Amino acid sequence: MTGSIQNRDEFLTQIATSLGRDSWMKNAPVRNWQHQPQHLVLKDATVDELVDVLRLQCEKIHTTLVETNSKELEKTLKETVANHGGGPIVSWKDERFSKWGLSPLINEIWPNEGISFHEWDYTKEMENISFAEKANVGITISEITLAESGTVVLLSDKDKGRTVSFLPATLIVLVPKSTLVPRMTQAAQKLRSIHEQGNLVASCVNFITGPSNSADIELNLVVGVHGPVKASYILIDDL
Amino acid sequence: MSMKISTSDFKERVDKGIHDSFMRGAVVGAQERMGTRRLDATNELGNWEEWRKHGEEIRKHVLEHLDYYLKELSDNVSKRGGHVFFAQTAEQANEYIRGVIKEKNAKKVVKAKSMVTEEIHLNQCLEEAGCEVIETDLGEYILQVDDHDPPSHIVVPALHKNKEQIRDVFTEKLNYQKTEKPEELAWHARDMLRQEYLTADVGITGCNFAVAETGSISLVTNEGNADLVTSLPKTQITVMGMERLVPTFEEMEVLVSLLTRSAVGQKLTSYITVLTGPSEELDVDGPEDFHLVIVDNGRSSILGGEFQSILQCIRCAACINVCPVYRHVGGHSYGSIYSGPIGAVLSPLLGGYDDYKELPYASTLCGACTEVCPVKIPLHELLHKHRQTIVEKEGKAPISEKLAMKAFGLGAASPSLYNLGSKFAPTAMLPFTSGDKISKGVGPLKAWTEIREFPAPNKERFRDWFKNRDKGGDQS
Ligand code: SF4
Repeated sequence: MTGSIQNRDEFLTQIATSLGRDSWMKNAPVRNWQHQPQHLVLKDATVDELVDVLRLQCEKIHTTLVETNSKELEKTLKETVANHGGGPIVSWKDERFSKWGLSPLINEIWPNEGISFHEWDYTKEMENISFAEKANVGITISEITLAESGTVVLLSDKDKGRTVSFLPATLIVLVPKSTLVPRMTQAAQKLRSIHEQGNLVASCVNFITGPSNSADIELNLVVGVHGPVKASYILIDDL
Repeated sequence: MSMKISTSDFKERVDKGIHDSFMRGAVVGAQERMGTRRLDATNELGNWEEWRKHGEEIRKHVLEHLDYYLKELSDNVSKRGGHVFFAQTAEQANEYIRGVIKEKNAKKVVKAKSMVTEEIHLNQCLEEAGCEVIETDLGEYILQVDDHDPPSHIVVPALHKNKEQIRDVFTEKLNYQKTEKPEELAWHARDMLRQEYLTADVGITGCNFAVAETGSISLVTNEGNADLVTSLPKTQITVMGMERLVPTFEEMEVLVSLLTRSAVGQKLTSYITVLTGPSEELDVDGPEDFHLVIVDNGRSSILGGEFQSILQCIRCAACINVCPVYRHVGGHSYGSIYSGPIGAVLSPLLGGYDDYKELPYASTLCGACTEVCPVKIPLHELLHKHRQTIVEKEGKAPISEKLAMKAFGLGAASPSLYNLGSKFAPTAMLPFTSGDKISKGVGPLKAWTEIREFPAPNKERFRDWFKNRDKGGDQS
């Protein structure tokens, strides 16, 4: 479905006039940047070095970083959820959960412990949001992870509700080590290449760096405002 | 002009500002803290100057090709199913948005912080149309609850209020029962606003940077409110100043990095959200309808002229956080939602000299703003240009302006006031004096003293000067 565009001609003509052109510019301008400092940051860092940077940064952004491997993931996730006060839990629907051996935890262990778990299911429409609103923990997966800033990148789709990362009190993000890049520069390149290859960029891309916070009252940092109050990243050694 | 926040004149506003001792203390503290954080965050990169140059070249390039990129942006938004409305005036923007609200039969709107919607007075327009409008950014929410107190800072809107005042406002208006602890206040706001997101019909946001190549918009926040505003209501309206765009994600990334480091000293804020079109068909959350309103409101008359570079601004407030005059008089003194050096340049351009002719004199021309601006806008030169234009237009600087000139001149020159000024201001330009006039300035002051003799430093502080001038003293 294509949307509408209104009032464009007059508007652009006005701009063209201000810029001293007879009519608005039709050909793509050439971009020839003279300065490109962003590519130098952590340029030759190894994965281990990126992990070191991430670890340090997580301390600054009030986020716990738990390091584990695919084998131990089930145990680590169970503990992390427990440390944050348990369920209810809402998570994305993603085949990686079972690939990483989390099915027993999700389908048996948690239910047996009375922890309610809701997997995002678009056919249930608003039920998802009602559940997320009451959930204590939301679980999502980082597609790209920025070492410099300690940022996880989440891409929305029908199985990956945006509000899973915003409504629950705690956000737990599973971070495959293979997703680590130096900084936002590489994420921007990746997103751009998705577009250039003719695919649609997710309608919502969230760059999330720790829990929500505000300094609006006398510049005092308050952690946990409208979004999650606590955040944990679980770094999975998948390399 | 709608960006106006006060009907009192410049002098009254300044008077009020310098007599509000909490406000002044808060501003000083804020400048110190934000200044330190910004410095740490920019020094850490090791080559901040290169970053600034890249930021500048991106912004310049976009402005020079603004027609092309706006066309590209609008094509791509509409390809993804979004609606684009180009509004030449504030009235057109408001009318369009009111139309969408009516069509949706919307009763409740939640808003994420946006300067451009303040500029066009959107809230008032929607309220007049019978709609409830709720600001969700904590600072904006506090101001709204306090009978629409105007913002005093573009990044920290309620900077002029202390926690006790906020507690009192919450107690009176929201039946709040707890203490003045920031956590408790913030949590109360969280509780109050949760229900609002869930029941609102429309979400309205501003836009930090739109991305032409993909038709995306980006929002840079810390609280998470913008994410709830854009994922729960069924309709989303984003309002952007026409210059706030970049060619691709790659330039967006650079400007976001410049913004977060300069504004709050963070590598990135907690949430950077990039939204493209409405949500996909099977998505449960996210808006079904997306409207992008692109606002000119006076910007095209700045474009192509000698003030074009002010449109490079990314609204980081770094210039405000180092300005010794802002520190002294506070945000409300500027009488505009845009305060500090950026406000002193932009407000007269968007709102006219009639209302804002004093603002270009609300500067010591010390150049601290220019030095910190992440996109290298020559702010103090633009202030100087304004003064020249005003003098040309009016034949002379009206007497009050002469006084203001002197007042703020003293600000730069007098050691006592200068010390009140930001420690992050460059010190290289402390003036040389001969007799009681400065004959030669160095650095940015030089251009100024070449044109006009600068009043010499003395012990009189701006505050005293301001009192004094009322009694008719010191009118040279
Ligand atoms: S003028 Fe420069 S320093 Fe001031 S708000 Fe704009 S970008 Fe930031």
